[in-house]
Amino acid sequence: MDFGWLEVVIASLLLTLVGGTILTRGRSWLDPVFWKRFAIIGSLVMFVFLWILTFDTLSKTSVGTDRVPNPTVINKRIGYELNAEKGYFTPVILGDEPLFGKTYSEEEATALLVKGKLVIQSRNCMDCHTLLGNGAYYAPDLTKAWLDPKWEKIMIPMTGAKTREEAMVRFLMHPDRYATWTRRMPNLHLSEDEAKAVVAYLKWMSAINTNGFPDHFGNSKLVQLD
Amino acid sequence: MGKLYESQKIALLYFSVAIVLFGAQLFFGLIAAYQYINPDFLYGILPFSVTRMLHINAMVVWLLMGFIGGIYWLLPSETGRDVVGAKLGKLAWFLLTAAVGIVVLVYLFKQIGKGDIFTLWFITEGREYIEAPRWADLGIVAVMLIIYFNVAATVLKAGKITGLLGVLLVDLLALAGLYVAGMFFTPNITHDQFWWWWVVHLWVEATWEVLVGVLMGYALMTVLGTPRRIVEGWLYLEVLLVFGTGILGLGHHYYWIGTPEYWLGIGGFFSSLEPLPLVAMIVHAVYDAGVHKLQTVNRPALFWIFLQAFGNFFGAGVWGFMHTLPQINLYSHGTQMSASHGHLAFFGAYVATNVALIYIALQHIRAPEGPILDSKTWKVAYIGMIVSMVGMVGALLVAGFAQTFFERAVGGATWQDFITAQMHPWVSVPYLWRFGFGVIFFLSYLVLLYDLATIGKKVTVAEVKPA
Repeated sequence: MDFGWLEVVIASLLLTLVGGTILTRGRSWLDPVFWKRFAIIGSLVMFVFLWILTFDTLSKTSVGTDRVPNPTVINKRIGYELNAEKGYFTPVILGDEPLFGKTYSEEEATALLVKGKLVIQSRNCMDCHTLLGNGAYYAPDLTKAWLDPKWEKIMIPMTGAKTREEAMVRFLMHPDRYATWTRRMPNLHLSEDEAKAVVAYLKWMSAINTNGFPDHFGNSKLVQLD
Repeated sequence: MGKLYESQKIALLYFSVAIVLFGAQLFFGLIAAYQYINPDFLYGILPFSVTRMLHINAMVVWLLMGFIGGIYWLLPSETGRDVVGAKLGKLAWFLLTAAVGIVVLVYLFKQIGKGDIFTLWFITEGREYIEAPRWADLGIVAVMLIIYFNVAATVLKAGKITGLLGVLLVDLLALAGLYVAGMFFTPNITHDQFWWWWVVHLWVEATWEVLVGVLMGYALMTVLGTPRRIVEGWLYLEVLLVFGTGILGLGHHYYWIGTPEYWLGIGGFFSSLEPLPLVAMIVHAVYDAGVHKLQTVNRPALFWIFLQAFGNFFGAGVWGFMHTLPQINLYSHGTQMSASHGHLAFFGAYVATNVALIYIALQHIRAPEGPILDSKTWKVAYIGMIVSMVGMVGALLVAGFAQTFFERAVGGATWQDFITAQMHPWVSVPYLWRFGFGVIFFLSYLVLLYDLATIGKKVTVAEVKPA
C-alpha cells in the first residue's frame, strides 16, 4: 500500500465530519448528545486509521526490509551518507566487513542480535542512554554508536584493541577502567559473549533507516575529532 | 466527619499510598538531579539508571493510584450506591501495594540481571517507563480489571449510567487493554518501540487525558456546583478532541524509529492539534469559576483545579507543541527539551488532578457542612510547588535549547558532541538551577503533607459568603 500523509489526514478528518454530521442530524450543537455522537465517531475513525497504518508500518519495518535490514547486515560495512534524492542522511550498505573476523549465517546473526537486545534490556541501557532517540539523556545517543568516530580515533588506542568491535567489547566489559569523562558508565558486569552481542546489536541498529535522525551524524563541518 | 461509603474508604487507601509514592518520586528525582552535578555520587551503588527509573516509575504508579482513588471516590456519588465488590477492591489495593514494594526492593538491591528472558520476567524489562518485570505487568492488568469490574458491576446494580460513568467505562477498558501492548519481547527495535509508544503515548496522551477529564468534571461539579449538563457536554467535546488528535498524534513518536515517512506528516499535523482540547479545558475552568465568582467551599481544590487547567495547557500543549514538528524535533528529540516538557506536563495535567481530588476527599471527611476548607499552609505548598516547577522547567528548557544547538545542530550528535554540549555552561549551569528548584519542590511537598494532615481539623471562623 502506498499513500502519503496528506491523504490520511484529509480522509480521517472528512470521515469524522461526514459520519458525525449524519449521526447528529437535527440536533442542536448545545445538546450534549451532539458531542457524544461526534466523540464516538471521531474516536472510532481515528482508531481504525491507526490500525490500518499499524499493519502497514509493521510490514514495512519487519526484519529483512529495506528499513530494518536482515541480521546478516552485520557482515557488511555500514555507512551513513547524505541521500541527494531524499535530502537527508540514510544508512548505506557497502562491501564485506566481517564482525569479529567472522561471517555470520542468518541463524547465527539472528541469535546474536536476540541476545544483544536481551542484554540491552537486562542492563537497562535506556535509563541513561537513548536508543533511536528514546530513553534518558544522561549519556550519549546510541542510534549510530557503531559509526561513532570516537572508537577509531580515541577508544582503539586507549583500550589497546586492534579493531573497532574489539575496542567496544573491552569498553563495554570494563567501562569503569577507561577515563572518558566525569560522567562515567558503571560496570554492568557484561560477559564477553554479552558484550559481543551488544556490539553486533549496535551495528545492526546503525543500519536502520531512521528518516535522517540524527542529522549529519559524525559529519559536522564545524566539529572535527582529531 | 461525613459519612463514608466503603468505596470511599478504598479511595482513601489508594490516596495514602499515592501521596507516599509522590514523596519517593521526588526523593529519587533529587538524587538523579544531583548525579547530573556530581556524577560520582553513589556511583556503583545506586547508579543514575536506577535512581531515574525509580523517579519515573514511582510517578507512573502514584498517579495511577491517585486516579484509581478518584474513581472509587466518585463512584458512590455518581451511582447513588456503594461499590459492589468492596472486599475485592481492598484486596486489589493490597496486592498492588505489595507488588510495588517488591519491585522497588528488587530495583534497589538487584538492579540488573543477565541478558535472558528470566530477567524480563523477574527483575526488569529494561524499557524506559515500563521497566516493571512481567509478573508485575500481569498484576497491574489484573488490578485494572478488578477496578473495571467494580465500576461496571456497580453501574449495573445501580441501574443508571451517567455520561461521566459511560466515558469512564470505555476509557478504563482502553487503559487496561493498551497496557498489554507493552508485554512482549522482540529483537526488532523498531517494532519494539512502535508498540512501546502504544502504551506510553496512548496511555498518557489519550486515555489518561480522558480519565482526568472525567475526574475534573466530577471535581467541578463538587467544588463549584457546575451543572451536569454543561460538564458532560464539555467532556464529550474533550473526548472528541483528545482522541481525535491524540490517537494519530501518536505519529510524533514515529518520526525516527525506522517507520515509514508518512508518519512525519501525520504526526506533525495531529500533534500540532493536540493543544486544542487543552485550550477547551481552560475555557471550561475559567468560565465555571467566573460564573461562581470564585465562591467555593473548598479553596485548595479550586486552586488545584485551576492549576490543572493551566498546567495541562502550558505543559502538555505549549511545551509539547514547541518541539513536536518534525523539522524541529529532528534536532530536539532526545534532549533536555523533552525533560522540560515532561516535567511541566505531568505536573500540570496529572499531579494537580490528584491533589485536587485528595482535597475534595478531605473536605468531605473534615468539613462536610462547612466551614470552608482553607488554611495558610496549602497556599505555601501551592505557590512553592508552582514556582519551583517553573524553575525546574525553565532550567531544563535552557539546557535543552543549548543541547539541541551544540550537540545536534553545530555538532554531529556523536559521543564527543554529547560531552561537549553537556560541558557547555548553558547546559551544565541549568542543572544546578534544576537541583536547587528541586529542593524547593521537595520542601513544598513536605508542607503539602503537613497541610493534608491538618487542614480542616481546627474549626476556623471563616464562613461561606453567599454567591
